[in-house]
Amino acid sequence: MSAHRIAGLGRIDRSRTVTFTFDGKAMQGCPGDTLASALLANSVVLMGRSFKYHRPRGLLGAGAEEPNALVSVDRGGGRFTPNLRATAVEIYEGLNVRSQNRWPSLKTDFGAINDRFGRFFPAGFYNKTFMWPRSFWDKLYEPTIRRMAGLGDAPIEADPDVYAATYAHCDVLIVGAGPAGIDAALEACAARKQVILIDEQDELGGGALADPALWPWLESSLNDLAAAPNVTLLSRTTAFGFYHDNFIGAGQRLTDHLAEPGHGPRERLWRIRAGEVILAQGAIERPLVFAGNDVPGVMLASAARTYLVRFGVAVGDRVVLMAVHDSGWRDAFVLARAGMKIAAIVDLRAQVAPDLMAEAAELGVPVEMNSAVIGVSGRHAVTGAEIADSAGGNRHKIVCDAVLMAGGWTPSVHLWSHSKGSLAWSEEWGAYLADKPNENVRCVGACAGKWNYGTGVSIGALPTPDDPATIKAFVDFQNDVTAKDIALAVREGMKSVEHIKRYTTNGMATDQGKTSNLNALQLASGALDRPVQAIGLTTFRPPYTPQTFGMLAGDAKGALFQPTRKTAIDPWAEEHGAVFELVAQWRRARYFPQGGEDMHAAVARECLTVRSGVGIFDASTLGKIEVVGPDAAEFLNRMYTNPWKALEPGRCRYGLLLREDGFITDDGVSARLAPDRFHLTTTTGGAARVLNMMEDYLQTEWPDLDVWLTSTTEQYAVIALQGPKAREVIAPLVSGIDLSSESFPHMAVREGTICGVPTRLFRVSFTGELGFEINVPAAFGRYVWEQVWAAGQAHGITPYGTETMHVLRAEKGYIIVGQDTDGTVTPYDAALDWAVGKKKADFVGKRSLARPDIVAPGRKQLVGLLTDDPAEVLEEGAQIVADPRQPIPMKMIGHVTSSYWSATLGRSVALALVQGGHERMGETLHVPMPGKTIAAKVSGMVFHDPDGSRLNG
Amino acid sequence: MILIHCPYCDQTLPELEFAYAGEGHIARPTDPSALSDEDWERYLFIRDNPRGRHHERWRHIHGCGRFFNAVRDTVTDKFEMTYKAGEPRQ
Ligand SMILES: [Zn+2]
Repeated sequence: MSAHRIAGLGRIDRSRTVTFTFDGKAMQGCPGDTLASALLANSVVLMGRSFKYHRPRGLLGAGAEEPNALVSVDRGGGRFTPNLRATAVEIYEGLNVRSQNRWPSLKTDFGAINDRFGRFFPAGFYNKTFMWPRSFWDKLYEPTIRRMAGLGDAPIEADPDVYAATYAHCDVLIVGAGPAGIDAALEACAARKQVILIDEQDELGGGALADPALWPWLESSLNDLAAAPNVTLLSRTTAFGFYHDNFIGAGQRLTDHLAEPGHGPRERLWRIRAGEVILAQGAIERPLVFAGNDVPGVMLASAARTYLVRFGVAVGDRVVLMAVHDSGWRDAFVLARAGMKIAAIVDLRAQVAPDLMAEAAELGVPVEMNSAVIGVSGRHAVTGAEIADSAGGNRHKIVCDAVLMAGGWTPSVHLWSHSKGSLAWSEEWGAYLADKPNENVRCVGACAGKWNYGTGVSIGALPTPDDPATIKAFVDFQNDVTAKDIALAVREGMKSVEHIKRYTTNGMATDQGKTSNLNALQLASGALDRPVQAIGLTTFRPPYTPQTFGMLAGDAKGALFQPTRKTAIDPWAEEHGAVFELVAQWRRARYFPQGGEDMHAAVARECLTVRSGVGIFDASTLGKIEVVGPDAAEFLNRMYTNPWKALEPGRCRYGLLLREDGFITDDGVSARLAPDRFHLTTTTGGAARVLNMMEDYLQTEWPDLDVWLTSTTEQYAVIALQGPKAREVIAPLVSGIDLSSESFPHMAVREGTICGVPTRLFRVSFTGELGFEINVPAAFGRYVWEQVWAAGQAHGITPYGTETMHVLRAEKGYIIVGQDTDGTVTPYDAALDWAVGKKKADFVGKRSLARPDIVAPGRKQLVGLLTDDPAEVLEEGAQIVADPRQPIPMKMIGHVTSSYWSATLGRSVALALVQGGHERMGETLHVPMPGKTIAAKVSGMVFHDPDGSRLNG
Repeated sequence: MILIHCPYCDQTLPELEFAYAGEGHIARPTDPSALSDEDWERYLFIRDNPRGRHHERWRHIHGCGRFFNAVRDTVTDKFEMTYKAGEPRQ
């Protein structure tokens, strides 16, 4: 092979050189070169190894369709990008490129042994070989596949780059800046429309860049467009997806082509909403399927022309053209006129237009009609081609260093298909063309089948006198799928193109079959003896070409991946050494270790302090909804299981909320402040869901009710003060409220001031102790907290976190919705019968409580579990069995939902959902764990102060 | 990203502002206790799954907060129309 630069041709800047390295070897190119053209200019044709067989591969194309020449670019410092197409990488000073999928080197690759054992890797290989036994997967198959197959390496360092994103709106968005796209832009520009013209290449022009006759037109047209205030030109920008309502996603590469990337964003994600979309994406030339069509140096005829005309690179010294289409002849003539030797034009057709024959004769190019290439010699590069006539006779070899393929053209309808536009088969093109649109979009130019490339025939594989079973004629170059694989898939019963695709993996590589889908379809059509239209076409999906995760993620990573909600008291907790946990996006203090305590010690101390003295807890994350209006009580009565209408102002009630299917969805204590005003609380995680559910019923089922719902979660800071000394602590701080037990009993609410700040003071308890929840405006939250904290010093106050809160509530058997319930638990299952208003005619979920499966025996019910060994703390989620001696797999009858060490009781306590649990009181059950089985007795759920005397203190 | 017309705001806005809320025109029975198990099951669980026109509810959850009805084609994913809650089935 002797690819090389030809003087005087191309659009590159020959006055300067650019030095880059490929597999550590320094090479030179010119500004304007792609990596592909620069490598060819350095006579490098071996650029990669194939996915499955590790076969040597070179360039197939010159554009976005390139399946073979995938490389990794390493800029250092974590800037590493694998699987870039060499045809889409611009060279710059210092560019550092590595080839992929080879070891130890591109020329000597041990993985190539796969090629010799190709008969072990037929279609369906993964499905068939690796089915059994399961254990072989972990130890043999997967490690082997991981080592041998695959594309480039995934980056292992964090991406240091930043990415930008923007929205744009326009009247007309044109995708593709070839001649048809530029014409459409000029037209829309003249009509004074807002126009965006985008193209994936560094230079606008598309196919015109490979046609010097169009260069003057191109230059003046682009000058006109650039000067127009209503036109935006975006190069290096790939429209990767077409989404609903003319919404286009596009990725603009800003720094990948620069020697110094600087500090700006690497890429910009464009989200463009367009009045009309015009797709001018052109067409992709089809390869031909014959033995050895993947040897480096076998490439598309149009690519050879592009390398010559645009980059001034000859792809070889002696070139053979294999054509079934006129366009290849034109390309060969261009090469010949530039001085490249065309060793032969081989065409499968019996005859072509006389002017083609005449031009070949004029240029002295030998022509072999009614013939096909049946083999290629050379391994790392083409050294010759073998040719036979279509009956298999007249076999002969031609010495050459490049074989060009002209298999006809496939219009690029990718984005059209994303938009769900329909496709229609065109015999003339041997391809699917855009038919009926589903959005305001149209195709123009070659993309629409409106371009004169000449005529040709479509064919699945070239005829060969050799046994098809013995040759490798590639269809999908990137996934190493051969014509033989397609035939095998059909033989094994695959009839739909979707099945053939998945069985052979044809079209499933990163190029989505841009060069292979139509050939595979023709082959399947032949094997099935059915017309192509009857087999269908696989669906194109975004992205059109691979896009970086970095661009798609943008700022949504690290701390900005999702919001972290913080309470007004959060900074205090941080200053006091809290260990935090995330609860439904809220950052909550989990415990406050003192002097080197671990969690266990801290929680035990916090629990004992609350039970014997007083503790302070930030409950601000509780969901809060203000329910106001003349029908507020009626509304709550319909929503909650228990009665609300008779609740007096100043009193609180525990509310249990079901879904209409009868299962618990939320709970919380709520207060009636006035006849027409309630202060509801919900679980921390359920606030938005409950408000949505209540709005749904209010707006759509009972619009006649005069009620307003307002989320007040973030309006209030909530300070829970719990423990026998709680009243003593706040007494000096509160004004306007009589705190005595007689006038302010458990489950009451009062309004007054604390530390001079207006408060809704709740006397409620989630600990089982005397306690208050101090609601104050959030802006005063930290101030009041610090005052209470100071007043508590004399009483030995401790701050406590969510872990202690959990232990204290579990000791009392208070459930946590979502932990002790799982969306299949009814009030009866949870032993909350007392919270269901038996006399109520209706409430959400009531009818379901009489459903046959809800009243059936044997449901999982919530119970307490006390381990025989009091020191043993069960694991939450552990499975429960009745008989530990039964054979494996055992019948599981439930699982542990909550389990803690109770410092108060000096033993473990647990809650569990157990089949028929309420009937099993006192029964011993078993929890099998690795290496041991733990015995535990079923008990009631209230482990501490069962008569509730501490609450009412 | 689909554009959805909120009949309350009378604006066509990106899908991100909206939340799907299940099939439309399934009214909660006025007296659920009067329903047979079969009828209650039908109300609770049985939903249409048409190929084509689908009546469904959406909420302009990050906008005005209102629930409304829509007709969407499940094949093309196109909204044929939206209309206010309480208006008759279109
Ligand atoms: Zn709205």
